[in-house]
Amino acid sequence: MTEATENRSQLNRNLAQMLKGGVIMDVTTPEQAHIAEEAGACAVMALERIPADIRAAGGVSRMSDPKMIKGIQEAVSIPVMAKCRIGHFVEAQILEAIDIDYIDESEVLSPADDVYHIDKTKFAVPFVCGARDLGEALRRIAEGASMIRTKGEPGTGDVVQAVTHMRAMQSEIRRVAGMAEDELFEAAKQLGVPHALLKEVHDNGKLPVVNFAAGGVATPADAALMMQLGAEGVFVGSGIFKSGNPAKRAAAIVKAVANYTDAKLIAELSEDLGEAMVGINESEIALLMAERGK
Amino acid sequence: MAKPLIGVLAVQGAFIEHEHKLEQLGAQCVELRQASDLNQQFDGIVLPGGESTVQGKLLRELGMFDDLKARIASGIPVLATCAGMILLANEVSQGKGTGAKSLSTFAESVAGSTLHVTSNTPDPAAPPYFATMNIKVRRNAYGRQLGSFRAIEEFKGLGAVPMTFIRGPLVEEVGEGVEVLARVDGDIVAVRQDNQLALSFHPELDADNSIHQLFLDMVKNK
Repeated sequence: MTEATENRSQLNRNLAQMLKGGVIMDVTTPEQAHIAEEAGACAVMALERIPADIRAAGGVSRMSDPKMIKGIQEAVSIPVMAKCRIGHFVEAQILEAIDIDYIDESEVLSPADDVYHIDKTKFAVPFVCGARDLGEALRRIAEGASMIRTKGEPGTGDVVQAVTHMRAMQSEIRRVAGMAEDELFEAAKQLGVPHALLKEVHDNGKLPVVNFAAGGVATPADAALMMQLGAEGVFVGSGIFKSGNPAKRAAAIVKAVANYTDAKLIAELSEDLGEAMVGINESEIALLMAERGK
Repeated sequence: MAKPLIGVLAVQGAFIEHEHKLEQLGAQCVELRQASDLNQQFDGIVLPGGESTVQGKLLRELGMFDDLKARIASGIPVLATCAGMILLANEVSQGKGTGAKSLSTFAESVAGSTLHVTSNTPDPAAPPYFATMNIKVRRNAYGRQLGSFRAIEEFKGLGAVPMTFIRGPLVEEVGEGVEVLARVDGDIVAVRQDNQLALSFHPELDADNSIHQLFLDMVKNK
């Protein structure tokens, strides 16, 4: 790695550090982006359809219209993220060209490549990627991801998958941290990850990049649950703008993340939020998006 | 002297990085997340990086704003980085091309908008916040993430210091009582006004400890 690209990669990891303790919200219009910013979102994810609608609509789901993304960039002062399809490096080039703050190479969209992810080291702009376990997380980081999130089943309002992924990740990190150094070589082979990255996890007891929760978070309690399980922040997709009172629910989730161990406060925040998104059970859905890209 | 106790604002952002540095240098830290965390005395305050809109709003809505503002005004040493600098500034403007039309301009631009803009309900997420420092700060002055950068520049009294700017602000104007401590390409990126030390960049992200040591010296000499 040249000094310049190493520098860039560090700056991109640094931006994720600034987002910690915050909530990143899916928005589809400048107006929703404004509501999200006012409610205390630390960043917004601009997309044409939120995951629940993508799931309902079916068909091929692609990167959003750059014009729509620009409209959201103009509406808010916080960082704006957008999604490209797994492996679709030209969609990523387009997002970089419109000066996006973070690209989510996302399983929520239809994968463009069923073998390869994007070589993210070739980009100046940062990427966040989903991961269900430590192996997947370190493979994405080796490809250049500067932030990781769980791959909880999007658009369901069901938090079970995000919980499973976060628990798997934390438990594997603890296992690796307790290994003897000479055991790391075999563990790296079994996980299918570079030894150097696994050594970093072993030495520091954490991922080399920031790790957020995503997928199925619908209530302040869901968000606080993910934080107590070790998430450093939370993505909320369909959970806000598919609910009865988006502004109030969004603000409540933000406060619950800032004070995720204070049950009394979270109890107050959970009152009178109106209807949560209806939600579908993970076992009731035909398409498991988390199975995309491994 | 007993270990100094530093209150680190911990509602959102990169506060743990500050805590690690301060603990390395022999201080103790307490995280400030809600009003009850202020029921104690501490010797200094850190306002970390993150999103100033989120921090400003949560400071107000979690009941910490008035107490912290009073402590800062009464002279407790403060280290403010990036978003923290925005929290201290008297006046805040927006960088070019990084969004944030004012809410009223925005509401007009959305046909059939359901946003209600009334002058008697100020947006809690909007600046200025503490406004205890005589500076005018431009948010997102270097643009979006592709404008983030690292530099090594002279810092008054400390020599060359690494400086990491992440969607950083810069100081456009300084008023009475404000000393300029560092510049990058002519732009002001570090200032001090009595007990308040404010930086556009993130010393908590680099290996160099000199700025945190300077802050702890301010705490010690208070």
